[in-house]
Amino acid sequence: VIILDQRGRRCPLPVIELARHIGDVPVGASIAVAADDPAARLDIPAWCRMRGHGYEGESAAGDGVPVYRVTRLR
Amino acid sequence: VSGVSGYLDAAAGVPLHPVAAQALAAALADGWADPAKLYGAGRRARLLLDGAREAIAEVLGARPDEVTFCASGTQAAHLAVLGGLAGRRRAGTRFVHSAVEHSCVLHAAERHVAAGGTAVGVPVDRDGRVGAAAFAAAADGAALASLMTANHEVGTLQPVAEVADACRARGVPLHTDAAQSAGRLPIPPGWSLLSASAHKWGGPPGVGILAIRTGTRWQNPLPTDERERGRVPGFENVPAAVAAAAALQAVAAESAGENARLSTLTARIRTRVAAAVPDVEVVGHPEDRLPHLVTFSCLYVDGEALLHELDRRGFAVSSGSSCTSSTLTPSHVLEAMGVLSHGNVRVSLHRDTREDDVDRFLAVLPPIVRDLRTRAGVNGL
Repeated sequence: VIILDQRGRRCPLPVIELARHIGDVPVGASIAVAADDPAARLDIPAWCRMRGHGYEGESAAGDGVPVYRVTRLR
Repeated sequence: VSGVSGYLDAAAGVPLHPVAAQALAAALADGWADPAKLYGAGRRARLLLDGAREAIAEVLGARPDEVTFCASGTQAAHLAVLGGLAGRRRAGTRFVHSAVEHSCVLHAAERHVAAGGTAVGVPVDRDGRVGAAAFAAAADGAALASLMTANHEVGTLQPVAEVADACRARGVPLHTDAAQSAGRLPIPPGWSLLSASAHKWGGPPGVGILAIRTGTRWQNPLPTDERERGRVPGFENVPAAVAAAAALQAVAAESAGENARLSTLTARIRTRVAAAVPDVEVVGHPEDRLPHLVTFSCLYVDGEALLHELDRRGFAVSSGSSCTSSTLTPSHVLEAMGVLSHGNVRVSLHRDTREDDVDRFLAVLPPIVRDLRTRAGVNGL
């Protein structure tokens, strides 16, 4: 799975990076964003809802930074 | 009044109502003495203070002896929550509140938890509203519950009357924070404790209202003296209380017409922003809402940059985006609703807001958002 490293980047940059790269994976595949900005927890699911993609939830990277996983649906 | 034309942040505070300015000047001249003293000047101050209390009680649907003046709406909420919990210690230590209460209620909850109590935040739906049944179930057996009349960030009205009924049936006192709606909308019935803030309705800053319904168990969490029935210590600010009362009577009398006028303008903002700005999410309940407040979030836009550009064009608005807060965390209200937090703008109107102010705002907003998106290279994403 592609993981976009957005450590240290403030909102709305992690969502913008996700929007730039969602097309890099085929429909039905997943992409992930590692982001330590607390707004990403809110903005990535909201972006998925607005853009019609699937938000799959979050896990933690080795350094504890949240990794948000998204499935491209269209 | 200087700077009022582009001032669209009524939820933070509104300009002094003209009748409040007059009342303040008159009461400063006549009500400066200590209302606790028995000589003539003291009695005059006492009469003014009692008159202000009666006027405010009438508008809020309370008895005069239930109404207390304090320093701010925040202090009123702290006293309501901590005093309500202290008075109910024998019933337990669980405090139940909605997840979208103002930070003053959440700060009181943190203090309660630090002292060994528990606090439960009841979730809200995407529109920012608690379910009355879910709230009532959470409040079952609690020492105190707290539910605001209307949310300060997104304008959604809460089902306070329904929740108050359910709380009464369970023997649980309910605090309602009426800061955003007092003077604009009738206070829902059934509260045990109420807090409000005069500068939100056109009174002077520095006047909070704490109302404690007769029979409610309440114990002051702070040291007291003989003033304000032992609820708020220290020399009362009589002139400010008089001005607050004059403003509240005036805005309550004007409210039907003003609510109709302002809800037309906020509806125009909702419609036009959604039509003229691509990728915008208007948040808050579409109908059950404050008449004067509207909130939206613009995808890919930095909220701080947006506020700065609007300020340069003379518009004062507020934002729940994290980059505009000192803590760098997004608004707990937007978080609880699960809506977009960046590019967030809250527009709130008041009696000095003209139709032309709103139309000028609606003219400048779309190009500002477009330019910010162009600068960030996100158009078409």
